Amino acid sequence: MTTNDALAFSASEKVIGWRLFLKTIVARAYPRIIGQQREKSWVFFEIFLPMLAVAAYVYVYRAIGAPEEYVGFVVVGGAMTAFWMNVLWSMSSQLYWEKEQGNLALYIMAPNSMMAILLGMAVGGLLATALRAVAIILLGSLMFHVQYSVASFSQLLFVFFLAMTALYGMGMMTASLFLLLGREAWHLSNLAQEPIYLVSGFYFPIKSFNFWVAAAASFIPLTLGLDAMRQLIFPSGASLGFLNVTVEIAVLITLCIVFLVGAKFLLDYMERLAIREGRITENRR
Amino acid sequence: MPDYAIETQDLGRVYKIRGNKKESQVRKELIALEKVNLTVERGELFGLLGPNGAGKTTLIKILTTLLAPTSGWARVAAHDVIKTPHLVRPRINMVSGGESSGYGLLTVRENLWMFSQFYGMSSKESNERIIDLLKIVGLEDRIHTKSSDLSTGLRQKMNIVRGFLTDPEVLFLDEPTLGLDVGASRDVRKLIRGWLDANKKRTLLLTTHYMVEAEELCDRVAIINKGRVLACDSPANLKRNLQRDSIFEIETSPLNGFSNQILTNLPEVKKAALTEMDGRAKLELILKEEAAIASVINIITQKNIKILRLSKREPTLEDVFMELVGQRMEDVEKEESPNDNK
Repeated sequence: MTTNDALAFSASEKVIGWRLFLKTIVARAYPRIIGQQREKSWVFFEIFLPMLAVAAYVYVYRAIGAPEEYVGFVVVGGAMTAFWMNVLWSMSSQLYWEKEQGNLALYIMAPNSMMAILLGMAVGGLLATALRAVAIILLGSLMFHVQYSVASFSQLLFVFFLAMTALYGMGMMTASLFLLLGREAWHLSNLAQEPIYLVSGFYFPIKSFNFWVAAAASFIPLTLGLDAMRQLIFPSGASLGFLNVTVEIAVLITLCIVFLVGAKFLLDYMERLAIREGRITENRR
Repeated sequence: MPDYAIETQDLGRVYKIRGNKKESQVRKELIALEKVNLTVERGELFGLLGPNGAGKTTLIKILTTLLAPTSGWARVAAHDVIKTPHLVRPRINMVSGGESSGYGLLTVRENLWMFSQFYGMSSKESNERIIDLLKIVGLEDRIHTKSSDLSTGLRQKMNIVRGFLTDPEVLFLDEPTLGLDVGASRDVRKLIRGWLDANKKRTLLLTTHYMVEAEELCDRVAIINKGRVLACDSPANLKRNLQRDSIFEIETSPLNGFSNQILTNLPEVKKAALTEMDGRAKLELILKEEAAIASVINIITQKNIKILRLSKREPTLEDVFMELVGQRMEDVEKEESPNDNK
C-alpha cells in the first residue's frame, strides 16, 4: 500500500448525539482505569498509608473502651477517604492540569460535550477508587475483626450510589471553579483535604458534633452518605446516626441535582469565558 | 456564494491585558489581529508566514472556535465559527508544535484512540488508521510505547497523527515542525503533502516561520506581521514581484561599527539587512538596479572591510518578507522578545 492509498481513508462513520456522549465518557474514563494498573505506587500511598490512620483510630477507641461498632465506623470511613482524595485531586484540580497539559483546548475544540469529558473523569475515578476502597474495607475488616449486619442491601447500594453521584457531581462543579481560580487550585485542594476529614466524620459519627456543625458538614455529600451507610450496616448504627436514613437519602438526592446542574452551568460559563477572553485555554502565553 | 474552506472578513482581535496590582486598574490593549481578510479554497494548502507574535496562533484559535474575535467574522467549512461552533468542530482538527497533549501513562495507540473517540470514530476504524498513519511517520515500532517515554520529536509525530486521524475537512497545523530534526520534519512534510494529494476536498492551513517550509509546501502564502496580512499569493507570485530587483549576499570581515544605515541611504538600495556572526558579517541587499552593487562595494572597502564572498541569488520568501516589513524575520523576532538573547 502506497502512502497516498493509506491516506485516502474511506468515508468515516462517526457517531453523534448520545452515542458520541457515551463514547466520550468511556474514552476519558480509560486513562483513569488503565493508569491505575500501570502506576502501582497507589497500593502504598492509597491503601497502606490510610490503613495506618485507620489503625491509629482503632487502637485509640479500643484503649478507651469505646463500643466495638466504632472500629467498624473507622474502617468504613477510612475506605471512603479514598473517594474524597480522588475527588479533590483528580476531579476538582483536573481541568486546571488539563489546561497546563494542553488537553483542555483539544477537549473544547472537539465535537464532544465537555460534560461528557467530566463524567468520563468521574466514572473512571470512581471505578479506580472503588478498588482501593474495597481493599481497605477487606484489609481493615480482617485485621480488626469487624462484624457487619446489613439491614437492606438494596438501600445500602442506593445510598452509596447517591453519595457517589453527589460527591463526583461536586467534583465536576468545582473542576470549573478551580480552573477559573488558576494556580490557587493547588492550595484549595490542600486546604480542603484535612478539614473535611474532620467535619465529615470519617473516623467518628458526626452525631458527636453540635447539630448545626453537622448540618453544615452535610453539604459535603460524603458526610450524610457515610452516616446513612453506617446506619445500614452496623446493628447500633441507627442510634449513632445523625438523621433518619430516609431524610439523608432525600438530602443526598437534592445534592445530586444541585451539584450536577451546577457543574453544567459552571462548565458552560467557563467555556464562554475561555472563548471570550482567550486566557483559559492558553498554557504557553 | 463560493464554497470556501476558510473565509474571514475584517477579522480582528484585541487582548485586554491587566497590569500588576500596583499599576492603575486601566487595562492595556494589545492588537493581535487587525482587519484580516482571507479566503482559502477547498483543497488548498495555505500557509501563514510570520514571526513569533505576528498573530498566527490567534488567527488559528479563532478559526478553531477556541477564541472569539473582537471584530469581523470568520467561516470555516462554510459555518460561522462564533454563531455555529458545533457545526465547525466536527469538521476540523488542530495540532500545535511543541504541545504535550495526551496522557503519559497511555501508550501511543491508546492516546490516539482516546482522541478519536471524542470525534465519534469507531474503535475498529480508529485502530486501523492509527497503524497506517504511524507507519507513514515512522512511528509504528513505538505503537505500544508509553507516550511519557517518547522523545520530544516522536511525541510531536504522535500529535501530528492525532490531527490527521479524524480525517477533518480542514486541518490546522500551528508550527508543526517546531523543534523537530531534519529527518522528522521531512516525514511530517511528506505526510502533509500526501494527505492533501489523496483527497482534493481536504484543506490545510499551516502556520510557520520557516520560509523553506512555506515555500516547499504551500499553494498560497499570507505574510503576516503585527496582526496584519501584508501580502497573500502563491510563493512564486510573491517572489516574482521582486524579480525586477537584484538580490545580493555579501560576506565580509568584522564590520567594526559599520551600520547598514549608510547603505540604505543610497537611492538604489531598497533594503539592507545585516547579521554579524563568529567574526564575520553577512549583508543581504535588495537593489533596484544591479549596477548599484559597485557603489555598495566601494563604500564597504573604503571602511577597510574585507569582502570574503559576494553572490547574486534568486529571491526567496525571506526577501519578500524583508521587502514588506523592512527587516528580516529573525530581526523582528529579536525585537519582539529582546530577553531571549540574554
